[in-house]
Amino acid sequence: MNLSALESLDRRWIFLGMALLVAGPLLFPVGLPLEVSKPTQEYYDAIAAVPDGSPVLVACDYDPGNRPEMVPMTKTTLRQLFDKHCKPIVLCLWNGGPGLVDQTLEEVADEYRARGVDLVSGRDYENLGFKSGNEAVMVLMGQGITNAFPRDQRDRETRTLPVMKGIRDYSSFPLLVSVSGGYPGTKEWVQQVNSRFHLPMVSAATAVSAPDYYPYLQSGQLRGMLGGMAGAAEYEKLMHEKGPATRGMDAQSLAHFFVAACILLGNAVQWSRGKRGRA
Amino acid sequence: MNVSHDLGTWVAAFLTLCILSFVYKDNPFYKFAEYLFVGVSAGYFIVLNYWTVIYSNLLDPLRTAFGGHVEGGPFRIEQGDYRALLVIPGLLGVLLFTRLSRRTAWVSRWALAVIIGVYAGLKTTGFAQGDLVAQVQASLQPLWVPGHLWTSVNAIVFTVGLLTSLLYFFYSREHKGGLGLATRVGVLFLMVSFGAAYGYTVMSRVSLLIGRFQFLFSDWLHLIR
Repeated sequence: MNLSALESLDRRWIFLGMALLVAGPLLFPVGLPLEVSKPTQEYYDAIAAVPDGSPVLVACDYDPGNRPEMVPMTKTTLRQLFDKHCKPIVLCLWNGGPGLVDQTLEEVADEYRARGVDLVSGRDYENLGFKSGNEAVMVLMGQGITNAFPRDQRDRETRTLPVMKGIRDYSSFPLLVSVSGGYPGTKEWVQQVNSRFHLPMVSAATAVSAPDYYPYLQSGQLRGMLGGMAGAAEYEKLMHEKGPATRGMDAQSLAHFFVAACILLGNAVQWSRGKRGRA
Repeated sequence: MNVSHDLGTWVAAFLTLCILSFVYKDNPFYKFAEYLFVGVSAGYFIVLNYWTVIYSNLLDPLRTAFGGHVEGGPFRIEQGDYRALLVIPGLLGVLLFTRLSRRTAWVSRWALAVIIGVYAGLKTTGFAQGDLVAQVQASLQPLWVPGHLWTSVNAIVFTVGLLTSLLYFFYSREHKGGLGLATRVGVLFLMVSFGAAYGYTVMSRVSLLIGRFQFLFSDWLHLIR
């Protein structure tokens, strides 16, 4: 078979193919099957095991660049916590993230308020906001959460908030949820907090960084993990939701087939070129 | 078609299309969106860092400590009040601006030395505790677990992969004979891990595209819910 015509194929045809394969299933869903993986089940179970009504530290370390992967995970996590009457204490170490994180938190709280659940910021949940300093902030929080965050996202004095009553340092939390878009993120929370302060943690990570975190899962440093949009969709399935991650998985699967086909075709073109060169 | 009536959504959709137009070729719309993003981000980060760090963690505590409202004076370390000592990191921060002049730039090294020293210490101890010790400990697995065949198989594959991958990076002897065979097995394990990492990277990048398309179809054009 002569594949030489493909050597000069304009790459924009590949972009067009990818765009059609992503847009098509979003407009006309196929409903490909989805199985829940073990790390996702463990993530769900770790949060389910937290005593009802406990404060839970939720580190949302991402910015709008990670929105499609991170926001569905954050929302489903917050829903699981609110269902258990837990009090999420949210913070962000990415300077591009606090606005998006606050919007996400308030959207989930509004869902509950619309259903008649009385959720009040500062009493039932808290957004500590952003703090610059990466690992230094993590260590500083070990000496006192309010020391590191004297004022919250809404410029309120954190010491005076009812939700912060009884919260001193990491020992006040049964679990840390790290929703991580990269650096600083899960790796740094494991190194600085899990290993020093022995705070159990789970991670919801972007697909790019997920392979780096599997060793932590295998060693038990992470109790569970969501990896990328697939992990988010599996988690939505466990929570009986049909959110944006689930709706995006058809497009995701077809795009993966397309990339795999492009790789195979590219190798076939190279192989045929080498064969012609030797002839 | 029932499109969005929100101005912000239209601006976001326009900028999304400007950025996506780059896949056809570089053009003024892409450049406009790119420069706008850089400019807005720079301004946003300066304001954000001032109010969330410089004001709340430096200026506000210093104002309280030196404002004459604290009984016993500003320096009350014996009572656990360290706020006045924030003068020192504040001064170190100011020293960083000496880099703006070539004659005084050397002064900023004092502040940089503190920053590098603190972060080197944090990273080293964090890595040692979180990665080195914990990962070595987790690598020591029993190869045979009675009654759990797949656990045993997993442990054996894991151990073979770990040892042969490590041997691949052993350069003190030529890779031939038994060592050569082991390193070739190690390469296979490394290739599988690179493939998995690449697959995950593809998933991440496709997710970004899906996110933008969901925004265009849902928030802007209201084609999907």
